[in-house]
Amino acid sequence: MSDDFVLETRQLVKEFRGFVAVDHVDLKVRRGHIHALIGPNGAGKTTVFNLLTKFLTPTRGQIHFNGADITYAKPAEIARRGIVRSFQISAVFPHLTALENVRVALQRSLGTSFHFWRSGRSLEVLNARAEALLADVGLSDYRDTVTVEMPYGRKRALEIATTLALEPELMLLDEPTQGMGHEDVDKVAELIKRVSAGRTILMVEHNLSVVSKLADRITVLARGAVLAEGDYATVSQDPKVREAYMGKSDDAAGGH
Amino acid sequence: MYQKALYTALLLLGLVAPYAIYPVFLMKVLCFALFACAFNLLLGFAGLLSFGHAAFFGLAGYVCGHVLKVWGLPTELGLIVGTLAAGALGLAVGALAIRRQGIYFAMITLALSQMVYFFFLQAPFTGGENGLQGVPRGHFLGVVDLRSDLALYYVVLAVFVAGFWLVQRTVDSPFGQVLKAIRENEPRAISLGYEVDRYKLVAFVLSASLAGLAGALKSVVLQLASLGDAHWHMSGEVVLMTLLGGMGTILGPVVGAATVVTLQNYLASSPIGSYVPAPVVLGVIFVLCVLAFRRGIVGELAALVRKNLNLG
Repeated sequence: MSDDFVLETRQLVKEFRGFVAVDHVDLKVRRGHIHALIGPNGAGKTTVFNLLTKFLTPTRGQIHFNGADITYAKPAEIARRGIVRSFQISAVFPHLTALENVRVALQRSLGTSFHFWRSGRSLEVLNARAEALLADVGLSDYRDTVTVEMPYGRKRALEIATTLALEPELMLLDEPTQGMGHEDVDKVAELIKRVSAGRTILMVEHNLSVVSKLADRITVLARGAVLAEGDYATVSQDPKVREAYMGKSDDAAGGH
Repeated sequence: MYQKALYTALLLLGLVAPYAIYPVFLMKVLCFALFACAFNLLLGFAGLLSFGHAAFFGLAGYVCGHVLKVWGLPTELGLIVGTLAAGALGLAVGALAIRRQGIYFAMITLALSQMVYFFFLQAPFTGGENGLQGVPRGHFLGVVDLRSDLALYYVVLAVFVAGFWLVQRTVDSPFGQVLKAIRENEPRAISLGYEVDRYKLVAFVLSASLAGLAGALKSVVLQLASLGDAHWHMSGEVVLMTLLGGMGTILGPVVGAATVVTLQNYLASSPIGSYVPAPVVLGVIFVLCVLAFRRGIVGELAALVRKNLNLG
């Protein structure tokens, strides 16, 4: 199907006390795509992101996931439906080990999450699956490391492993390479590419070289509204986009 | 293994203690230790600071006292009904309070517990300022005569051990794992599909129930349910015990409760107490704790042991 959209927003608006942060955004994310949301600072990317993940409620407009209206769903509910987000600041559970981090995501499926009388050993059946997920993101050596002691790039990888544990249909990544050195950026970009198989990814990303490598489709936001949309070649040639970025896109187009 | 040895040693100590120390004092320590453990479950492992736990402690004391004295039911039923009453109150208070976070959560619990306190002050069955006096200790399971301090001590010890075990089990359980995740990073827990408010509420009710069990036990031990148990001072005291002993450690609240109760008893009976009131001493200790050893007694000791193990 050519028009099979996983996620669709219709005339999405978010106002904060009269300030329009998101201005009638129509976003369509095609199944199986890596879709990037870019734009200069203050363009409303993170607000759109928070609307999609229900951490904010839209002022007007609708959000549809697989055809169902999720505009007023609760954040935990959409997670159970298959939309799982990451966070700008690394979202790990700092005083749990890497294995426990992943297991927290896995254990919901056991249906024993309210069982306060059950031994913690009952979670060990999940260890093999958790270890496999850690291996997937190259964290086998960190299995029993308390997360707070892990390097930043590893934490982001752990976050992705935790997200993957839920086998999300749609992954929402909020600036997955933010604050990383070159080496880590490449690793994470490669990881995203690898895990995108069989699922859809919508990512907010600043690093245009990552976007150029990964994204099948790009939406550019400026001042809360959609400025341009298309593949990287189309978008990067668009004069409006170049202007919005004030020449920044030229560097990025060089692809370093 | 190391931990098992420690618990076994402590249990043995608990079994022989009444032969060396006055049993009623020990029972008082155990009641407060259980109260602090219940509180620590909420603060240390769910990250929720309740400032109204005295309401549960006090309510269960009155309910248990009433069941034993007025209805004349067996002791174990008094404890159970008291615990259930505290759990029910915990459900009501928790449902309102968990909608807010941090300091607002603490303020709501404080406000609601003050309402409960003034209700107790006015209600006919509590005996007002005098408290509910002359609560009979009765027989445990119909056979053990609890008028003997020693017999009562072993019952209190058994109840304490059961409560302590439940707290530890909860912390270690799948539920405890989710609680820790919520404490560590609530938005992330939500994004993994957990309805965090429900988990917080279950933790709150558990904590309130166990606090109630401690309060009910205390009314049996001292044969008195008093207004002071529901006063906000008591809410503050349990915070102090938990922080002093070590928040988020399993044994911390026990050590903290023992320290505070011992100090209070000592100051009440020694001449120093007439010059320096107990609250002043406790206040100074609290300030020192916050300034110098924030992890509490057990927390600091554990850190010291860990450091030495790493070096060795």
